[in-house]
Amino acid sequence: MLLESTEKNMSNETLITGKKAENAIKESLFLFTLYICVTIAILTLMTLIYDVLSTGTTRLTSDYEVGLITKIQIDNPVDFLTTLDSRYPDRAGIGPAFAGTVWLMIIVVSVTFPFGTGAAIYLQEFAPKNRLTRFIELNLTNLAGVPSVIYGLLGLAVFVRLAGFGRSVLSGGLTLTLLILPVVIVASREALKAVPDTIRQGALALGATKFQAVFRQVVPSAIPGMVTGMVLGLSRAIGETAPLIFMGALTYVNYFPDTPLSGFTAIPIQVYNWIGYPQAEWKETASAGIILLLGLLLIMNSLAIFIRNRYEKDL
Amino acid sequence: MENVNNLRNQLTKTITRPIEKIVKLFITASAFGAILVSISIIFTLLTEAINFFQDPAVTFKGYFTATRWTPTFQNPEYGVIVLISSTLYIAVIACLISFPLGLFSAIYLSEFATKRTRKVIKPVLEVLAGVPTVVFGYFALNWITPNIIQRFIPGTGVFNALSAGIAVGIMIIPTVASISDDALNAVPNSLRNGSLALGATRRITSLKIMFPAALSGIIASFILGFSRAIGETMIVTIAGGQYPELNLDPRSAMYTITSSIVNVSLGDTPHGTTAYNALFALGITLFIMTFILNIGSDYVARKYRKEYE
Repeated sequence: MLLESTEKNMSNETLITGKKAENAIKESLFLFTLYICVTIAILTLMTLIYDVLSTGTTRLTSDYEVGLITKIQIDNPVDFLTTLDSRYPDRAGIGPAFAGTVWLMIIVVSVTFPFGTGAAIYLQEFAPKNRLTRFIELNLTNLAGVPSVIYGLLGLAVFVRLAGFGRSVLSGGLTLTLLILPVVIVASREALKAVPDTIRQGALALGATKFQAVFRQVVPSAIPGMVTGMVLGLSRAIGETAPLIFMGALTYVNYFPDTPLSGFTAIPIQVYNWIGYPQAEWKETASAGIILLLGLLLIMNSLAIFIRNRYEKDL
Repeated sequence: MENVNNLRNQLTKTITRPIEKIVKLFITASAFGAILVSISIIFTLLTEAINFFQDPAVTFKGYFTATRWTPTFQNPEYGVIVLISSTLYIAVIACLISFPLGLFSAIYLSEFATKRTRKVIKPVLEVLAGVPTVVFGYFALNWITPNIIQRFIPGTGVFNALSAGIAVGIMIIPTVASISDDALNAVPNSLRNGSLALGATRRITSLKIMFPAALSGIIASFILGFSRAIGETMIVTIAGGQYPELNLDPRSAMYTITSSIVNVSLGDTPHGTTAYNALFALGITLFIMTFILNIGSDYVARKYRKEYE
C-alpha cells in the first residue's frame, strides 16, 4: 500500500516537473486513452440500460394510452406478468414465458445441483491424480467453451428425439443443465478448494473416515460457495436463447406449461419473438420483457453476493 | 476379547455403509459424465453430418466451393464458405472493438486504477458480461444501427454486419479484460517496481515491461474472445440479417454459421430431411472451429507462461 502511493508520487512528479515535456504529454495521452477505453465499456452498459428502461417503462406505466379500448391494454407490471401473449402489442403479456422460465429454473436447479456438486466433490476430494482425471478436467474446460447453439443441437438429438421427451420444458431444462454444468462444477471446486486442509486433517485425526470427513466437515463449509456458483450458473441459463430455439420454444405458445412434458416458451425467447416484429409498439413490449429479464438477473446476482458475504467465514 | 471384536465389527460397519457406496458411485459417475457429454456432442453432430453428405444433392466439394447457402430453396445450394466468411468477418469486427478496449481496460485496472476505482469498475464489467445476448441483439438492432451506424454511414441497411460486429465486440470486452487483467496481475510486483526504480514512467512500464511479461495470458484472452465471437448466436441472428451470398460489404446483411443454424431450425425442417441434417453439418463445422481456438488458447496460456518465483 505504502509502496503503491510512493509509486504514484514518483510518476506524478515526473509529470509535473517534466524534464522532458514530450514524455509528459505522451504519458498523459496514454492515460487518457486508457480512461476512454474504460469509459466506453461503462457508457455502453449505461446506454443499453437507459434505452431499455426508457422504451419499456412506457409500456408498464398507466399513463400509456394508445387506441380506444384502454381497458384491455396492459399498462402495469402485474398484468404484464400474468397475461397471455397477444397479436396486439398493447395487449401482449409475458405470462406463459415467465411461467416457462420458472419451470426451466426448477428443472435446471434440481438436476444441476446434485450432479454439479457431485462431480466437483469427486474431482476435488476423491479423484486420483492420474491421466484419466486430467482427461475429465480437459473435457470440462472444453465443454465450457462450446457455443450454446451446439448444446441446442445436442438437446434436439438426445432429449427431444432419442429420449422421446419431445419439444418440452423438460428437454429445455436438461439442455440448459448440460450448458451450465461445467461452470457450476468449476465454481463448486473453487468452493471446496477454499476449505482449509486443517478441517480435513482434524476430522481424519479424530477417527472419521475419508467419506465422513468430506461429507460431514468439508462439504458443509463449502455449501455457501457452491450455492453461489449454482445461482450464477442459473442466471446464465435463464438468459440463454439459442439452445431453446431447437426445443420448439419459439412456436406460438399461449398457455401455461402444466407438466414437465408440455410445450413452453421462455422470457428470452419471447423477447426475441417480439423483437422480430417491425412495428414500433412491439419494441416497447420487447423492452418491457428485457426489463423483466434484467430484473431477474439482478435479483439472482444480488442473491449470490448476499450468500457470499453472509456465510463467508474466515476458516 | 469379544467386546473388542464387536467394536471392530461396528466400526467396519460404519465404514462400509451401503449409502456411502451409492453416494461415491454417484459422484464418480457425475464426474465421468463430462466425458460422456463430450462424446455425445461429437457423436450426434457426426452421425447427422454424415447423413447430410450422403445426400446426392450435396457434395463435399460443393460444400466448400459453392457461393450460396440456400438449403430451403427449390434448387438448394450448400456453400458453407458464405457462412464461414460472414462468421469470420463479423468476428474480426468484434475483435477490432474488443481487443483494444478490453486490453486497455485491463491495463488501466491492473496498473493505474486505485483499489476503490477497481471495486467499482470490476462489477460493472461483470454486469456487462452477464447481459443476455438477446438483449445485446436488441441493442444492436434498435440502438446501434439507427443512432450510430446509419447516422455516420449512410446507405446502411436495417440489418448489417457492422452493428452486429460491434455488439458482439462489446459483449466480449469483459472476457478479454478479465483474463488479461488476471495475466497482468500474475506478473510479480518486483518486475514492475524494478522498472519504476530504473526511472521508467508508468506508461513505459506498462507497455514495455508488464505487457510482454503477461503476453501469453493476453494472447490467450484474445483467442478465447475470438472463439466466443464465432460461436455467438443471438446478436448476429437479430442484427446481422441473412444474406445467403458471398459478400464483404459491412453495411449489408450477412449470414453467419450460427444464424443460419437458427434460421434453418425455425423453418419447417422435419427430422431426416437434408435441411435438418445440414444443421448438424454446420454444427460440426462450428464445433471444430471453436474447439481448435479453445485448445489453442489453453496451449498458449500454458506453454508460454513464464514461471515467476
